[in-house]
Amino acid sequence: MTALRYLLYAVLLVITVLAPFIFPDFRTQLATLWLMIIVALTWDMTGGQMGYNSLGNIFFYGTGMYVAAVIAIGLVYDVGVYTSASGGGINEFTPVQYFAGIGLGMLGAGLFCAACAIVIGYITFGLRGPYFAIGTLGVAIAAGELVSNWDWVGGGQGITLPVYPADLDEGKLFFYYVFAIIGVVLFIFLKWLYSTRFGAAINAIRDDEEKAEAMGIHTMRYKLTAWALAAFFVGLVGAISAFQLISFEPLETAYQTINLGIFMVVCVLLGGKGTLWGPVVGAILFHLFKEITWNYLLGWQWVALGALIVVTVVYFQDGLMGWLMHRKPGWFGIRIDEGSDGARK
Amino acid sequence: MSTVIEVRNVGKSYGGVVANKDISLDVKSGGITGLIGPNGSGKTTLFNSIVGYHPIDSGSIKFEDREISKMNVQEIARLGLLRTFQQTRIYGAMNCVENMLISLPHRKMSLMDSFNRNTRADYDRADQLLEFVGLYEKRFLRSGSLSFGQQKLLEFAMALMNEPSCLLLDEPTAGINPTLINGLIDRLKRANSEFGITLFIIEHNMRVIMNMADHIYCLAHGEMLAEGAPEQIQNDQRVIDAYLGAH
Repeated sequence: MTALRYLLYAVLLVITVLAPFIFPDFRTQLATLWLMIIVALTWDMTGGQMGYNSLGNIFFYGTGMYVAAVIAIGLVYDVGVYTSASGGGINEFTPVQYFAGIGLGMLGAGLFCAACAIVIGYITFGLRGPYFAIGTLGVAIAAGELVSNWDWVGGGQGITLPVYPADLDEGKLFFYYVFAIIGVVLFIFLKWLYSTRFGAAINAIRDDEEKAEAMGIHTMRYKLTAWALAAFFVGLVGAISAFQLISFEPLETAYQTINLGIFMVVCVLLGGKGTLWGPVVGAILFHLFKEITWNYLLGWQWVALGALIVVTVVYFQDGLMGWLMHRKPGWFGIRIDEGSDGARK
Repeated sequence: MSTVIEVRNVGKSYGGVVANKDISLDVKSGGITGLIGPNGSGKTTLFNSIVGYHPIDSGSIKFEDREISKMNVQEIARLGLLRTFQQTRIYGAMNCVENMLISLPHRKMSLMDSFNRNTRADYDRADQLLEFVGLYEKRFLRSGSLSFGQQKLLEFAMALMNEPSCLLLDEPTAGINPTLINGLIDRLKRANSEFGITLFIIEHNMRVIMNMADHIYCLAHGEMLAEGAPEQIQNDQRVIDAYLGAH
């Protein structure tokens, strides 16, 4: 069984490495697929594993974009001058400046977003259930509006970053691999994290927070750490997205609450929350569904998406993995006491 | 015997309803103290006040000579004062062993420690305690699928896993099959004598509490009605009246 599992992982890794060469026309699509997987996995850290459904994780995506852009520009130019001259000529970056900007920008974005998660979490983790979702959504919407009125970072126009300093196809490959590496690292990190006492503690918070408190678990500490870790990774992909997209603006791209902000939740619900594979499978299914409807049902794509959300939430709450677990608990090592009264509940 | 929990003149009201009025009691170290009283007499309110579930209006509560009436639930739990719930609370989606491992004491655990996996010793201890409460055979079953009585035993084992110095039990035998009650009494007594855990128990079943406790407090209408050894309480006319509704 273990050997089979490692073989499966090896096959998946080979597919990951080769995918942009097998489908050279879909490199940007594949990079976006990794983005979906990453935001779904990070959303599940709090939404699925800890029971805190955040609708504001997109805040970290947008903030990651802006922090990375400001760092990358700030290394070379004065940020205010650069943004006010947007398109006015001063966007010459040497390759060294460009890649240094990406590297430091990602690091800065990740750390800044983690710090934001601790500050925002300290305030919003007092809210439970739907109130937490609404509270965090409010943070993301407010951040978008604030940034769009902040001229130093380009206001409503957003920021235009330099393009990849070499062949554009090579650039697509580069961005694909950066996303893929973050995704694989995140997956391995989560696989380890969920096997530790930390993983058990956040599961306990999800299942019965009051009981966890009564048992002396440092609930606030775990909640803040989990969200900060999630925010770190979302900040990283926000940063790399900024460079991939080249040009971005606050409301529709960076703090896109109604697009990516909701998509990540749908991915997790579709795949099954609280599982490691659920967000991955859900993100793949969702991305396929989205691209197919956007291509073949244009005009009705939002209707189709809405219908998918309704069907998932009403009939398929546990998602694909949850449904499998329910049907075949043995595959997941879950045993049910068939004989006792609890089993019939 | 020294005093573990010292409650002095504690008052608590919900709006106009006085749930606890001027309550004072002592829980002696190493003993089994009982708390009885008719429904609505303020027993669970007093428990909630002690473990920091809600703030008290007046008075003082000390645990091992430390004032705890201003602390929150987690801080008090980490001091080693733990409670179980009247409506059993376990993590239903996890199996028994996982429930036990989550209950490891967090009082010394730093954030870095939490990134470790559980050790062999932790698993062994979980197995021992599950054996102790008689759930060893069922240890890999989803705990939510256990019967109510078994869930209560699991909650008790989880409390022991946390290595408390004092355990507050809210109606440990309520809803349990009468044939299992004797086994539970025996285990509670052994937890007290073998593990040295001070017990403070709310109980409605008179046979159980008279059997176990060495000192009993009786509440009625939010006030302390009587206290004493089980025999004294059993023969106290005020207690009998309170239960029969002569009040």
